[in-house]
Amino acid sequence: MGVTTRPRRTSPIRVLIAKPGLDGHDRGAKVVARALRDAGMEVIYTGLRQSPEEIVRAALEEDVDLIGLSILSGAHMALFPRVLALLKRQRAASVPVFAGGIIPDEDAKRLKRAGIRAIFGPGTSLGEIVSTAEKLARSRA
Amino acid sequence: MTRPGPLPSAARAIVKGDRRALARAITAIENGDPAADPVLRALYPRTRGVPVVGIAGPLGVGKSSLINALVAKLRTEGRTVAVVAVDPSSPFSGGSVLGDRIRFERSADDTGVFFRSMASRGAAGGLAAATLEATRLLDAAGFDVVLVETVGSGQVDVAIREVATTRVVVVVPHLGDEVQTLKAGLFEIADVFCVNKVDLPGADLARRDLDDLVALGSWPGGWTPVVVGTSTAPPSGLDDLWAAVEAHERHLDASGGRAADERRRLSGEIVGLVRDRVGRDLIDRLERDPELRRLLDRVVARSLDPRAAADRLLASSRRSR
Repeated sequence: MGVTTRPRRTSPIRVLIAKPGLDGHDRGAKVVARALRDAGMEVIYTGLRQSPEEIVRAALEEDVDLIGLSILSGAHMALFPRVLALLKRQRAASVPVFAGGIIPDEDAKRLKRAGIRAIFGPGTSLGEIVSTAEKLARSRA
Repeated sequence: MTRPGPLPSAARAIVKGDRRALARAITAIENGDPAADPVLRALYPRTRGVPVVGIAGPLGVGKSSLINALVAKLRTEGRTVAVVAVDPSSPFSGGSVLGDRIRFERSADDTGVFFRSMASRGAAGGLAAATLEATRLLDAAGFDVVLVETVGSGQVDVAIREVATTRVVVVVPHLGDEVQTLKAGLFEIADVFCVNKVDLPGADLARRDLDDLVALGSWPGGWTPVVVGTSTAPPSGLDDLWAAVEAHERHLDASGGRAADERRRLSGEIVGLVRDRVGRDLIDRLERDPELRRLLDRVVARSLDPRAAADRLLASSRRSR
């Protein structure tokens, strides 16, 4: 097929990978972004130090199917609920949010109750992250 | 003549400033979703022909940072700005990492800006197939200026010519000797040359090479490209860059070039749309129509050559109409 012919209909999963908070460690976020790319997704990477407001705004402008938050600063209990609240305020609570980083089990339980759909700690395989991301994105449609 | 009638709800929302409706409509265009058709149709008569400024150039020359600085400048002047930033899709997985937002530093509550990342999805030429129609929605949505960032790559990324009213080609010092500027492609489509990172050594030489290129060439349309130098950290030269863009936009109006360019672009767009549809139909029929499948079988078996098969395909599609 010639490159000039537009495909009839394709809808790759669009996912925002965002780094809320003030830590500067984004190797994990980049590794995940790359794995999602290799699984055929369009990954919008925001870069470091994004406020919840910036993250939600980016998610809406980019019309993503899914948001992934990466955090190592320990501020997850303050920042994640804020992202969820802002999504709700924008009537976008249907966009699933998953997270990764250093998040103690006790916090992870509370965050899941608050609406974070999946939380991945150190040692999670990329395969598991990709398949969960695909499942979450499909669950929305 | 198309008259602006009552708008479909998505189109009405876009005109009223609903950014989410705008974002969704752009996705629909990207996905080839028929839901985009009525929106594009309804909004086309409402487009005003705002400046669409293309920012093209090799990777790493600072296109995203330049756009960030330009947006800051235009916002200070009270102008609203939309950005479409294109990055490549993987030819292997089809996936993409879109990283142009990283350089984008607007406050989250500034509603006068809209930023959209877009994967090229296999389109050649440095843009995505959806870029042109997306800029049209952004025009109808009321933005004063649309900035389009091309995929950062090589010499032949000239698709921006079909989308932008003013093309800025960005380079940095030490990209190559002056012979590079003589080569065909990107250097032929610039209305403005921007030497970015002008604080680096070698910037004078880069500017001189471009000045020579401009002085020696003959430029169609009566516009001689302007060479400017910029830096984004700390910002400098942005006023010169924007003044050059505006001078070109004024030239388009004064010379009648705007209407001529638009006519050329629209004719290309219509031909492209027809080619896409005919191409898709034929691909479908090659798969499904038993007669055409046999034709393909014969080419595979070397009993017919591809050109002869194309002739027959064309003849049969004319008959079936």
